[in-house]
Amino acid sequence: MVKVAPRFSEFAEAVKTISGLDVNLCFQCAKCASGCPVSYAMDYTPTQLIHAIQLGLTDLVMNSKTMWLCASCQTCSTRCPQDVDLAGVMDAVRIIAQRKKIKAKIPEVPIFYRSSLRNIALFGRMYELGLIATLKLLTRSFTKDMGLGLRMLRKGKLNIFPSFKGALAARRIFSQVKAREKR
Amino acid sequence: MKYAYYPGCSSHSTAKEYDHSLRAVCSRLGIELVEIKDWFCCGSTPAHSVSRLLASALPLGNLAIVQKMGFKEVVVPCASCFSRFKTALHDLQNEPRLREEIGQIIEGNWGDDITVYHPLQIFSEEPQLGKISSLAKQGLAGLKVVCYYGCLLTRPPKVTEFDTCEYPESMDRVLRALGIATLDWSYKTDCCGAAFALTRTDIVLKLSHDILEGAKSVGADAIAVACPLCHTNLDTRQEEIEKTYGADYKLPILYFTQLMGISFGLSSQELLLEKHLVSPQRKLEEVKQHA
Repeated sequence: MVKVAPRFSEFAEAVKTISGLDVNLCFQCAKCASGCPVSYAMDYTPTQLIHAIQLGLTDLVMNSKTMWLCASCQTCSTRCPQDVDLAGVMDAVRIIAQRKKIKAKIPEVPIFYRSSLRNIALFGRMYELGLIATLKLLTRSFTKDMGLGLRMLRKGKLNIFPSFKGALAARRIFSQVKAREKR
Repeated sequence: MKYAYYPGCSSHSTAKEYDHSLRAVCSRLGIELVEIKDWFCCGSTPAHSVSRLLASALPLGNLAIVQKMGFKEVVVPCASCFSRFKTALHDLQNEPRLREEIGQIIEGNWGDDITVYHPLQIFSEEPQLGKISSLAKQGLAGLKVVCYYGCLLTRPPKVTEFDTCEYPESMDRVLRALGIATLDWSYKTDCCGAAFALTRTDIVLKLSHDILEGAKSVGADAIAVACPLCHTNLDTRQEEIEKTYGADYKLPILYFTQLMGISFGLSSQELLLEKHLVSPQRKLEEVKQHA
């Protein structure tokens, strides 16, 4: 592994605190951007985003589409010659943005996260139809995928009613985590 | 052989056919799967995008139940769940602070000596591989299949400890043991768009289109998968992809366990073959007639 002269960026420190990952190990070879299946839709490539974190360009990063469009496919983390877990860095940036209540450039993605977690906290197991209904309400996309949804219902691929198995144990974990993270 | 079994949320909805076919082929192979009592969701992408602690605690909470049930090995068929379980165990081993915090959240022992297996890891090794070969009855020799592993079974390799990460062969080995011709192709571990299905469907359409196109270009009759999300994107979105890109695929997407079941002579009701939106029946009939 190549040693890179340490630079100080508060943002890079914040990423490290959350994820334990050191973005300063990146020497900008761009292997992550070349292998990224979603880079075509991003405003900054993963390589550019990690550079911006190194430089402490918080506003640029927080207002980018990049972390919200990361599919967590782990291709970058697998191929990085410096062993930087970039998918983990993307997680950390998403977490910081959500904690700071930054208005996301791709708002439907954090809405999807929050709705999914609320769904799991309530039912213990994902209740897909409930999640879809919540997403439609929150993103006002009522007609999207209507036909497909009905076909899937007819095929019995979506359950009408939720299950509550495991709900108690899951809820306990959610409230414990919440209490710890508030401190 | 007896394993604890974590079916995962999609096994009750979009991926019932994966759960049914896995249980059916395991019973033929003499593998007993004992479902984890009152298991709950692993948290998947939403959890690791919102809280690292939650992302670790949900899988480890399930492993605590496995531990209580007296098992040391658990089978996790969903690639996304598999990845979350393996990641939680990996992080636990490498981050002392996380270990301390988890210890205060989950009562009792969460069992970091538990081994998490994807069924392909069991089926692609002896003694199961030999057994699979001896149970193969129905001639599927004419069926040309590409194996699609997706992202999370193999990546990142230090976490998943699964096969080779850029060009895995375990599913190919299992299907070849059934006499199925599996083809070489370039999209084995490319991403289908995963959890963007509900939020940025355009991304799923593009990435899944690339995969379908890759399968078609090598002359595949079907794609075999090992992940419920991959299946949903490639099967239920296929018609929309055809419309968007002006393409014509009608490519059946089958769980590798369904192909095993067909080969073992199990009925299509047992394997829930009728659940797919792209029906595999015609292709299978053609192959049987040629056999």
